[in-house]
Amino acid sequence: MSLETTVHEHQHVETHVHGHEHHDEHHHKETFITKYIFSQDHKTISKQFLITGIIWAVIGGLLSVLFRIQLGFPDANIMWLKPLLGKWITAEGQLAPEFYNALITMHGTILVFFVLTAGLSGTFANYLIPLMCGARDMASGFLNMLSYWFFFLSSIVMGISFFLATGPASGGWTAYPPLNDLHQAATGSIAGVDYWLVSMALFIVSVLLGGLNYVTTVINMRTKGMKMFRLPLPVWALLLTAVIGILSFPVLLSAAVLMLFDRNLDTSFYLDQIYIGGEALANSGGSPILYQHLFWFLGHPEVYIIILPAMGIVSEVLAVHSRKPIFGYTAMIYSLLAITVLSFIVWAHHMFMTGMNPFIGSIFVIFTLIIAVPSAVKVFNWITTLWKGNIRLNPQMLFAIGFVSMFISGGVTGIFLGNSAIDVELHDTYFIVAHFHLVMGVAAFFGMFAGIYHWFPKMFGRFMNPTLGFIHFWGTIICAYLIFFPMHFEYMLPRRYPTHAGFETFGMFGELNQFISVFAFISFACQLIFVFNFFYSIWYGRKARELNPWGATTLEWTTPLRPKHGNWPGEIPEVHRWAYDYSKHGRDFIPQTEPLSQYEIEHGEHGDEGDSAIIQKEKKDDH
Amino acid sequence: MSTVSHKRYIVHPHRFNLWLAIVAMIMMFAAFTSAYIVKKGDANNWLLIELPQLFTYSTITILISSLFMHAAYISFKRNKIYLYRIFICFTFILGSAFLIFQVNGWQRLAESGIILSGNPAGSFIYVISGAHFVHVVGGVIALLIFSIKSFTAYKTPVDTLLLNINTDKQVGVELMATYWHFVDILWIYLFIFFQSN
Repeated sequence: MSLETTVHEHQHVETHVHGHEHHDEHHHKETFITKYIFSQDHKTISKQFLITGIIWAVIGGLLSVLFRIQLGFPDANIMWLKPLLGKWITAEGQLAPEFYNALITMHGTILVFFVLTAGLSGTFANYLIPLMCGARDMASGFLNMLSYWFFFLSSIVMGISFFLATGPASGGWTAYPPLNDLHQAATGSIAGVDYWLVSMALFIVSVLLGGLNYVTTVINMRTKGMKMFRLPLPVWALLLTAVIGILSFPVLLSAAVLMLFDRNLDTSFYLDQIYIGGEALANSGGSPILYQHLFWFLGHPEVYIIILPAMGIVSEVLAVHSRKPIFGYTAMIYSLLAITVLSFIVWAHHMFMTGMNPFIGSIFVIFTLIIAVPSAVKVFNWITTLWKGNIRLNPQMLFAIGFVSMFISGGVTGIFLGNSAIDVELHDTYFIVAHFHLVMGVAAFFGMFAGIYHWFPKMFGRFMNPTLGFIHFWGTIICAYLIFFPMHFEYMLPRRYPTHAGFETFGMFGELNQFISVFAFISFACQLIFVFNFFYSIWYGRKARELNPWGATTLEWTTPLRPKHGNWPGEIPEVHRWAYDYSKHGRDFIPQTEPLSQYEIEHGEHGDEGDSAIIQKEKKDDH
Repeated sequence: MSTVSHKRYIVHPHRFNLWLAIVAMIMMFAAFTSAYIVKKGDANNWLLIELPQLFTYSTITILISSLFMHAAYISFKRNKIYLYRIFICFTFILGSAFLIFQVNGWQRLAESGIILSGNPAGSFIYVISGAHFVHVVGGVIALLIFSIKSFTAYKTPVDTLLLNINTDKQVGVELMATYWHFVDILWIYLFIFFQSN
């Protein structure tokens, strides 16, 4: 049956009456599998990405709680964790040092790839691109479904590695050789890294399949009248995210393939003149730096894959909830483009300490610092969007503002770290940890939260509880600053040490680490409030009764309350204007589907006359 | 089964998807070959390797198969289904022959003492041509499916007529041709790359 006929069928708002017991799930299982598991509907796939992402976020967060216990309270007896961690708690009630490394490795991998790549852009690209562009679905629903299931497989492989006798990968989320390249180099490298590499290979396939669809859909399948420069900013951001993904993830695949050969088929791509346990290995001719080049050619664009969707979401949420057009729409797009291009020519700033030629280093310093320009353009535009706006301080708006705050606080230290001379000092210390957690960890999460609170009524037909949302927001932002701000003071404390006990120099950080750990625990508890709110609201939240609860201009709010596969019953609406006509001509907002009135000038075609002149003309015309 | 009709798009979305996928594959091989160049640049014991003659044969084979693929595509477009059948089957046979040549080429390479776990110069040849091999295997499987379908699908004049109306069905052969030319050109690039390095 073709989709056209499906959507012409009588549309009725599903009421989804659920019983008041939780045991209801079994009752729904049949429809669940056929309709919600192997679905090709972009909206369902988006929810699958979101919920898988949330599960991984809880796991990844829990790992950070475990290693914060170790860092804050290294002497505490943690025998009570034995039921959870088993043999990784030593007989003295201490965390096994090799497992500490596994914890930070998996925390990084899970949060960077599974949560903030798949969970963030997987969710919002799938959900927003067809709805905001005015398309029935993605270019290929089947590839889109495969994209989720490759992510799922990758999740399973990574999940299994936790239960290996020798533990999961433990050589850092960057998986540098030779530590990760030799089975005998670390406990996590015995088997864990193979699982890590296979999982990443599956993940890359997932990202690529998804990315192809996102780009094709935006370029090719926009509705009538939806010019590129009428697109809402989240679509632009998600488009460029997908472009970055398509160009950079295959390179990581190459790196992973070469490492798999090194590990299992005795090649020496990354190995040269290694002595391990007093014994010389036969491998020669390889280079570990080669891996770093390949890895960071993905690794640096990856941070923009994480932050661009958040930027797009925040731009939309800020405009809608301050009832003002986004300030500098075209500047926003060009700054996204600039960031996309620059992201590919700065990777070696992660490698200043590899003994590279300082003259080459200085080129990378310059490009790195230039990224501050488009980033600053965006920050100023967000702030000026808020300026004199009619601001609604609901949870999504708070998170969007929080994003801007985090992005500034974390971005400023990026200027320090981008300079090779300072990086030599700060490399591999907690200063770095503080920097990237603020600028791409917490900030991206804030963008994601803003998006979830904002589009929840469209996704599930119900609202999330705003009171819990406020508690979640204030708890998270206060904790985030109390965790990562003091962490900058640990600028001489090396990363990846399970304990600093043996070093007299680091003795003064003991109490600071306790302070940070306590707020890390509170922060984690705040996220559980969110998780509860999210799942509770799916079934029991306040029902959305109006189609457009936030008064937004974009197309997704013109669909029925619970849109079916195909999104619009009947024709896809035509678009006549850009997405940011808020507070124009004395009206609160004008939807994109409304044709321009007689004397109205579309945004971007403004002459010298302002809005008031147009209103005057219209009034004259009426008489 | 619901599918979206793609008639109104200037570039068929599936074609666009394939182009993007090709971009991704190019990036992967760009990474491999640039790793090769970087490695060659800083290695002190880089081995200069003469490719066995078999790789020249495989190059000629895949080049000819690409011509057959094009002929198949043209005859499909012109509705000469009987010609299309012959050409697509020949493309499949030549594609399989390419795979056999490659495997024999690796064996010859190994016999001459260049093994996978030896000098990185040799390892790179195995891994890069192996990655290309995997891409061709995918193409050959697709060619087999197209060959079988060429006998089963267009039996009656009505089938042919339906094919003429439905642009979505036509695009399949076109995508097959695009992909096959891509793996062909990719191999020629790799072949020249190995010869000149």
